[in-house]
Amino acid sequence: MADLLTTPLNALHRELGAKMVPFAGYDMPVQYPAGVMKEHLHCRAKAGLFDVSHMGQVILRAPGGYAQTATEMEALVPVDLIGLGEMRQRYGFFTNDEGGILDDLMLANRGDHMFVVVNAACKVGDIAHMRAGLPGCEVEEITDRALLALQGPAAEAVLEGMVPGVAATRFMDVGIFASEFGELWISRSGYTGEDGYEISVTEAETEALARALLAHDDVEPIGLGARDSLRLEAGLCLYGHDIDETTSPVEASLIWAIQKARRAGGAREGGFPGAERILDEMVNGAARARVGLRPEGRAPMREGTPLFAAAEGGEPVGQVTSGAYGPTIEAPMSMGYLPKPLATEGTVIYGEVRGKRMPVKVAKLPFTPANFKR
Amino acid sequence: MKFTEEHEWLRVEDDLVVVGITEHASEQLGDVVFVELPEIGTQVTKDDEVVVIESVKAASDILAPIDGEVVEVNEALADTPGKVNDDPTGDGWFFKIKASDLGQMDEYMDETAYQDYIS
Repeated sequence: MADLLTTPLNALHRELGAKMVPFAGYDMPVQYPAGVMKEHLHCRAKAGLFDVSHMGQVILRAPGGYAQTATEMEALVPVDLIGLGEMRQRYGFFTNDEGGILDDLMLANRGDHMFVVVNAACKVGDIAHMRAGLPGCEVEEITDRALLALQGPAAEAVLEGMVPGVAATRFMDVGIFASEFGELWISRSGYTGEDGYEISVTEAETEALARALLAHDDVEPIGLGARDSLRLEAGLCLYGHDIDETTSPVEASLIWAIQKARRAGGAREGGFPGAERILDEMVNGAARARVGLRPEGRAPMREGTPLFAAAEGGEPVGQVTSGAYGPTIEAPMSMGYLPKPLATEGTVIYGEVRGKRMPVKVAKLPFTPANFKR
Repeated sequence: MKFTEEHEWLRVEDDLVVVGITEHASEQLGDVVFVELPEIGTQVTKDDEVVVIESVKAASDILAPIDGEVVEVNEALADTPGKVNDDPTGDGWFFKIKASDLGQMDEYMDETAYQDYIS
């Protein structure tokens, strides 16, 4: 196996007693001594610090400024980027010609350029895709900055104490802040369903910033284990599991991320890869849909669990794409795909766990309410 | 108390063998969220899969450490699986077996040997 990459916090993770695992080519903390359950609950109650430095940070520049980057990028994503306000961010995804999803990402209007954050496992492909698809843009991967996330109801007070001004921002704002840790690129966003921030910091200042945040009584470090249960409770997709090249945004129940301007009848209708299928599905419906699932027993139904329409007989009608125990809801939870007629809240289907079909109910997503500061 | 290489402990109480997992195993598994126990009366042979434990991380099988009949299971684990983490060698026990041959226990490690095994 090739050597694992490390983030600027590798030594700190070890010092904190983290159990390290390979993840997307990086040596990352899956949990700290507190364990997944306590880390998860702490993040929802106070604030958690996540190292997400493995994610890709990319800056797009063009002679025509942000407007040109937005115009060109709209050919790759079904997102209204021309209409995105200055210092605002949107969630989006690269689509392929078949209407599937190549990766999901965050896109920010930073005045004279665009700032993009992509998944670790996809970043090499994403950067090549942007270089090929954005002929008038310079695509610069930022390799000298780390990325931290501070998430939870106490995040605002903690960060405001160190970086005055961040409390005044709202969900999906982005800003560039001077601080004792150098220039910080801060967005009011995250992937836990909680209020919080994602903070891009120079490599040299990363450990000092992390230690300063962890010195606060309300902040504990959170590993990949709790990151996964937090995002699943929040109903958020994990690329490569809940969405991939075979799932369309309509099947994935992500049409909220396609703004009016890019929909049928909009000012800039279509114009992205796979638009024909995606716009058709938005009008006529898709054959299947991503849904929340609540097993009726206590046994988690994990990724790959086949789903059946009946307690006996028949072929699988779908499968679980993510499944775990939800520490906040104190119950198992899953997401998966089902044929449209079964994909309605309250429908009871069956997941096969260790050879036994167990009842599971189609449930509303998210499993826990979002606590964003809008 | 005796210990298996699979990180189970066995303790004889009133002629029955009580079985659970060690502190070390419970730490490695992480927070336990579900335990599927065998039915009372199940005849088991050593190395049969008798219990499934689901932790926040993954599912693991627990093997019968000895031949015999399952005569009691820890019903409390259905609602409070966290006992396996809180008190693995006490309240977190899994089941009791009426062993066909208690001599099968002789092959297992004592506490000192087990501590060496995991260190």
